[in-house]
Amino acid sequence: MKKILTTPISYEQIRDLRTGDTVYLSGMLATCRDAGHKRVLEEGIMPREFEFRDGAIFHAGPIVGTDENGKKYMVSIGPTTSRRMEKLEADFIEKTGVRLIIGKGGMMKDTAEACRKYGAVHCAFPGGCAVVAALDVEEITGCEWEDLGMPEALWIMRVKEFGPLVVSVDTEGNNLFDERKQLFRQRMHCILGDEVSLPDNLDV
Amino acid sequence: MDKELRNRFVDIVADFTATTGIYLPDDVEMKLRELAAEESRSEAKTMYECILRNIEEAAGLGRPLCQDTGVLQFFAGVGTGFPYMDEIGSVIKEATVKSTLETPLRPNVVEPLGEHNTGTNEGYGAPYIQYDLIPGSSDLRLRLYMAGGGCSLPGRSKVLMPLEGIEGIRRFVYETVVEWGANACPPLMIGIGLGTCAETSALLSKMALLRPIGTHSSYPKVAELEDEIRSDLDSIGIAPLGFGGSKTVLGVNIEAAGHHPATLGVGITTGCWATRRGEIIIHDDLSVDIISHRRLKSGDIRCLL
Repeated sequence: MKKILTTPISYEQIRDLRTGDTVYLSGMLATCRDAGHKRVLEEGIMPREFEFRDGAIFHAGPIVGTDENGKKYMVSIGPTTSRRMEKLEADFIEKTGVRLIIGKGGMMKDTAEACRKYGAVHCAFPGGCAVVAALDVEEITGCEWEDLGMPEALWIMRVKEFGPLVVSVDTEGNNLFDERKQLFRQRMHCILGDEVSLPDNLDV
Repeated sequence: MDKELRNRFVDIVADFTATTGIYLPDDVEMKLRELAAEESRSEAKTMYECILRNIEEAAGLGRPLCQDTGVLQFFAGVGTGFPYMDEIGSVIKEATVKSTLETPLRPNVVEPLGEHNTGTNEGYGAPYIQYDLIPGSSDLRLRLYMAGGGCSLPGRSKVLMPLEGIEGIRRFVYETVVEWGANACPPLMIGIGLGTCAETSALLSKMALLRPIGTHSSYPKVAELEDEIRSDLDSIGIAPLGFGGSKTVLGVNIEAAGHHPATLGVGITTGCWATRRGEIIIHDDLSVDIISHRRLKSGDIRCLL
């Protein structure tokens, strides 16, 4: 059965999720990437019509179209590289109380620690699957910070069973991408004939 | 140039751009289907299912298959007998704006340092256009690469000490892929350039990336290294989304050039699973042959050209 998170997301909804679990999201979601994080943390500005607390953000910059009635709709919206936000994400989690961060690839140790401390998770959406994602968006309900340009603006949308989202950092601070990267690194050293000891608990 | 002819030229380049954003080139789509069928790990299989569904939805709806339609990079092989040589640059710029607004593509281009988004994918030095001459031809061979953000991030080049040799090249490539590959939407297309300086090696790596999957360097020792690196990267097993699986790459291409004995330049450029690369030949009468997307036939409802 599909595990579906709904906004507002309580700590209880995500507490027992573990890395590698697949979930979906229904409710409100806002895009927020490099410039959006800077606006919140460096300029101290919060959006007027979106609540980060117990909410969900998406590291993504969409293509937005306008239909014949002048209404905006999602053409294509896939995740962007989450790691670019690593420098600011821990502070962002602390300041905003966001519960779910969706992106591509993994995050690093500061974000993992913040997820543990403040009760948040990071999930990966399959990179590049932007039309699949757009079809899960029911409606664009608002847009703020349009001065940042289409990719960087904060697009607010209502989504239904948005996913698959694979948990990459959980509320214990476990970090799936980091673990896998260590495994890949071990394999690389083996191939190059470097002298390294292989931990026996890493297996895919 | 006659105004009507010029409009036709702009339409061709704009449609070519839209086609490249909506449909994968034949070789990439075929390779993805092959990798999906071979994959045994269940998480990776799920990701491939999502990728294949995405390709089909994008084609059905005529939408860019990835929201990051990149910065447009055109590689123009200009026949010395092509009659509209003077128009190529301005036509590409006009087609970029047209295609951005009509497809629509994501307006990505921000002006240098100020980071102001131009809204049209045209700007100072954008789109990128590289010209090469083709003596004795009256055609324009136009290639397009959509340089997305995530897949461009791993790119780098370095000048090694020659004594580091092939092992140094392999180490440089593997370190880059292991550190950054998961973020760049694997399975990856890997372009490697071998030359004298950092910038020529980087440029060669881009030329390598533009070569179709399954082609080999015509220099036998370089072709062998292509196979060796492909096999090594696959055995690292990064797979879609970076969770691990059977394979890592779509392909590994190397372009090499004779180099200075005191330097060994190596560059790497990575493309994502959605490597959007197009190639058409525009003849002197403005008729068009599609090279990269042959499965889309002219007149086919899905073919814009």
